[in-house]
Amino acid sequence: MAKIVVDVMLKPEILDPQGKAVAAALPRLGFTFAKDVRQGKRFEIEVDGEPTPAQLAEVEKAAEKLLSNPVIENFTVRVEK
Amino acid sequence: MKIGVVTFPGTLDDRDAARAVRHAGGEAIALWHNDADLHGVDAVILPGGFSYGDYLRCGAISRFSPVMEPIIDAANGGMPLLGICNGFQVLAEAHLIPGALTRNHELHFLCRDQKLTIENTHTSWTSSYSQGQEILIPLKNGEGAYMCDDETLKMLEGEGRIIARYVGENPNGSRNLIAGVTNERGNVVGLMPHPEHAIDSLTGPSADGLGFFTSVLKALVK
Repeated sequence: MAKIVVDVMLKPEILDPQGKAVAAALPRLGFTFAKDVRQGKRFEIEVDGEPTPAQLAEVEKAAEKLLSNPVIENFTVRVEK
Repeated sequence: MKIGVVTFPGTLDDRDAARAVRHAGGEAIALWHNDADLHGVDAVILPGGFSYGDYLRCGAISRFSPVMEPIIDAANGGMPLLGICNGFQVLAEAHLIPGALTRNHELHFLCRDQKLTIENTHTSWTSSYSQGQEILIPLKNGEGAYMCDDETLKMLEGEGRIIARYVGENPNGSRNLIAGVTNERGNVVGLMPHPEHAIDSLTGPSADGLGFFTSVLKALVK
């Protein structure tokens, strides 16, 4: 069984207050490596067998229509073994 | 005049919206998210709340409810449609108005009485106000920051499509202090604060919100 993964991130120009809050919390815990943090969403979609190109095209459509809001977000679709 | 008020699972402000319609002199008709029949209404209000628990994105699931299809068709044909708070988010998700609503810049949920100025009195929902009129109505949201790209912002400013702005400090990080916007035709309005909670001084901070509901009744008589 393969997994199709859709990652949705706010566009770079959109303010991400949640990412900012995480970035501010890290140094308080002694983690000083982060210059910036952006928070996004990950969808794991299970399908039977190896995903076909047609299935991936459908997932792209669904990602554009429902999983992301193209006004403020970008997405990527990939297959995870 | 029949004004439909939609209830989605998780809607909170449908009763106040219906009361505001009646207070303004209209007939409020309850519409159900799972019923694609508009029951002959002349206008529709999408009230505030947390439809579908704000899952995925605020308004993202409600936007595909069965009732939304005829509403979107009717609004594209000129029917007055007002989205308040969560309803504004549904309108943005349905791309009936440009832009999107994102998390308040300070991350806190806000609940307070907020001053606004009315910036456009030529929409179906704002004609009872005077240009630049200051009103006081409740603001309560977690994801009320109005966002759009620079080009859209310039277009909205240029075409006078910002119908209300916050007065004073920016409460939620909205671009250009935007509290409400309208579509090109002026029949669809999205508003983050809550006029339906300010229709009389007994239950609200003022009666300033009533104008949205009297405006649409006037628009429908014309």
